[in-house]
Amino acid sequence: MAWLLLFFVVPMVYLAKMSLEQGLFPLFSFSWAWSNFSDAVSAYRPQFVRSIEYAGIATAVALAISYPLAYWIAFRGGRWKNLFLLLVIAPFFVTYLIRTLAWETILSDNGVVVSVLRDLHILGADGRLLATAAAVIAGITYNFLPFMVLPLYVSLEQVDPRLIEAASDLYANRVVSFARVTLPLSLPGVFAGVLLTFIPAAGDFINAQLLGTPRQYMIGNVIQSQFLSLRNYPTAAALSFILMGAILVLVMIFARSLGTDRLTGAGV
Amino acid sequence: MSEHITRGDFLRRAAAGGSILTVPGLLAACGGGSKSAATTAAAARTLPKTIVWSNWPLYIDVNDKTKAHPSLAQFEKKLGVNVRYIEDINDNDSFFGKIEGPLSQGQSVGRDIIVLTDASGLPARMIELGWLEKLDKSAIPNMKNLQPVQLHPGWDPNRDYSLPWQSGMTGIGYDPAKVGGEINSVTELLTNPKLKGKVTLLTEFGDTMGLVMAANGDDPAKVTPAAFDRAEKMIKKAVDSGQVRQFTGNDYAPLLAKGDVWAAFAWSGDMVQLQADHPGLKWVLPKTGGMIWTDNMLIPKGGNAYAASVLMNWYYRPQIMAEVEDYVNYLSPVVGTDKVLEKKDPAVAHNPLIFPTKEMLANVHQIDAEAVNDPKYKQRFQRLIGA
Repeated sequence: MAWLLLFFVVPMVYLAKMSLEQGLFPLFSFSWAWSNFSDAVSAYRPQFVRSIEYAGIATAVALAISYPLAYWIAFRGGRWKNLFLLLVIAPFFVTYLIRTLAWETILSDNGVVVSVLRDLHILGADGRLLATAAAVIAGITYNFLPFMVLPLYVSLEQVDPRLIEAASDLYANRVVSFARVTLPLSLPGVFAGVLLTFIPAAGDFINAQLLGTPRQYMIGNVIQSQFLSLRNYPTAAALSFILMGAILVLVMIFARSLGTDRLTGAGV
Repeated sequence: MSEHITRGDFLRRAAAGGSILTVPGLLAACGGGSKSAATTAAAARTLPKTIVWSNWPLYIDVNDKTKAHPSLAQFEKKLGVNVRYIEDINDNDSFFGKIEGPLSQGQSVGRDIIVLTDASGLPARMIELGWLEKLDKSAIPNMKNLQPVQLHPGWDPNRDYSLPWQSGMTGIGYDPAKVGGEINSVTELLTNPKLKGKVTLLTEFGDTMGLVMAANGDDPAKVTPAAFDRAEKMIKKAVDSGQVRQFTGNDYAPLLAKGDVWAAFAWSGDMVQLQADHPGLKWVLPKTGGMIWTDNMLIPKGGNAYAASVLMNWYYRPQIMAEVEDYVNYLSPVVGTDKVLEKKDPAVAHNPLIFPTKEMLANVHQIDAEAVNDPKYKQRFQRLIGA
């Protein structure tokens, strides 16, 4: 309880107080400045929308890639499971910043990827991948992939294979037994993975800054510049709370739609 | 000349987040205790046991094998003082963010010298806020070696609080092979369709707005609302049309090297290093004028002004500054540095990016410090660069 108070409540209260202040750095005065919130929303709505969009797409793509991967490791991994998991996590031994910078080289205009795509006419002759929304979303997806794979793996690993056997005894083919048995049982993992991916992705700023142009900047970039360059702490604090609120609402909607009894695994 | 990376914008951004959390503790541990004793010694003119100096990375000479700083070692030996040299400044704003807490409460930050850029407006701000100690000019007779053009900056007309460490110029760095010729016009950078998507500008207000204002015929040293509007409009058009690919710190350097970017607003010192590996790249001052900025040594409140002044005086000897210059490759503020280097390292002495000609120095502008500190201009610039 003391930890919760110290590391969560106190900073939150301080930030909340900051968001209602006005003035020029370093002299801020508390004045119930609710206008900070409304101004922030109206000024930066495009970045908010874009952040939710990019994080949403990245989460969906990550899910699409991770589910088959986690399924394969859980059901077909055999003796090599731990090795495969290690391979999934290995990029995390390198810091986030360097991993993203590596993409600057991979997607470089004169690099292999872009050349191949140009030859296949998927990109125009002048086309580029860097400094586009695609690059930013790809970067976010790549950086948060392990966060999606691991929870999915854990919940798939816990599916009792005898249940699948039982399903086939009851005349279910592979597709049906997947859809009616495996998938629902893995929903807690899906929920956890989506949360662990979407929430940090929505606040990300590194990918947009390194792989995108100002037209791809997300709300994370705005908050960063408000805090560090403009030293406009009240607006930055207000933006942070708005982002937290928006994510909370989206997460609750998501949880409702999945159904809470399924998430606790009670509905077997 | 060894390789060096100058202020890494991308490194600062990431480091700033983490370091802001840890710094209060670090600063307290680093020297809060001993420095509070030093504040009362304002009148004392004896050297303390240790002088603490914060600077940007790779901004002083380094012996690659021993990792020692020869010029500092010579000082320590001659005067019997220990210098704690800390390379913890990566970005003006984030470093200022670290020290503003204690300084605004009237506490010391445990530093005798810090180095901040004039173009960030922060030295001017600190003078206004009363957060700097005055230099002990009687301890700096070598101030007479200061380049005449640096004697009276607008924000510190008598050099009471600051002394330049290094200067740099901002111009256009480009690859003539890709661009298909020479460029020396900011307008061309922002409007030539051949360069679409291959141009980057800088995230520094002073550099980007300054260069564009100069291109429009306005004076960056005296920013007027109309001049700002004109420059903002021009840049916005280039951003919206996709002409400008990104706004960068000095991470334009690898992009130029790779060929992802063909022309960029670039800093002179970076180009010297880039050209070592990519001799085809060129750097010029735009014909409408480039920008010149200076990193200044400042003494934060609570620092030992006498000790800091003695250390500054040491570096204003041309032989000592030459040792630094040979490594750092920016612009030396000390007259006579190039004469010393003529014998030691003539290539550096004759490099116009390190020792610019009179014509070049006549064709550079400084940015209006008041404009940099104006919150409305800052806000508008940040919107322009995407945040």
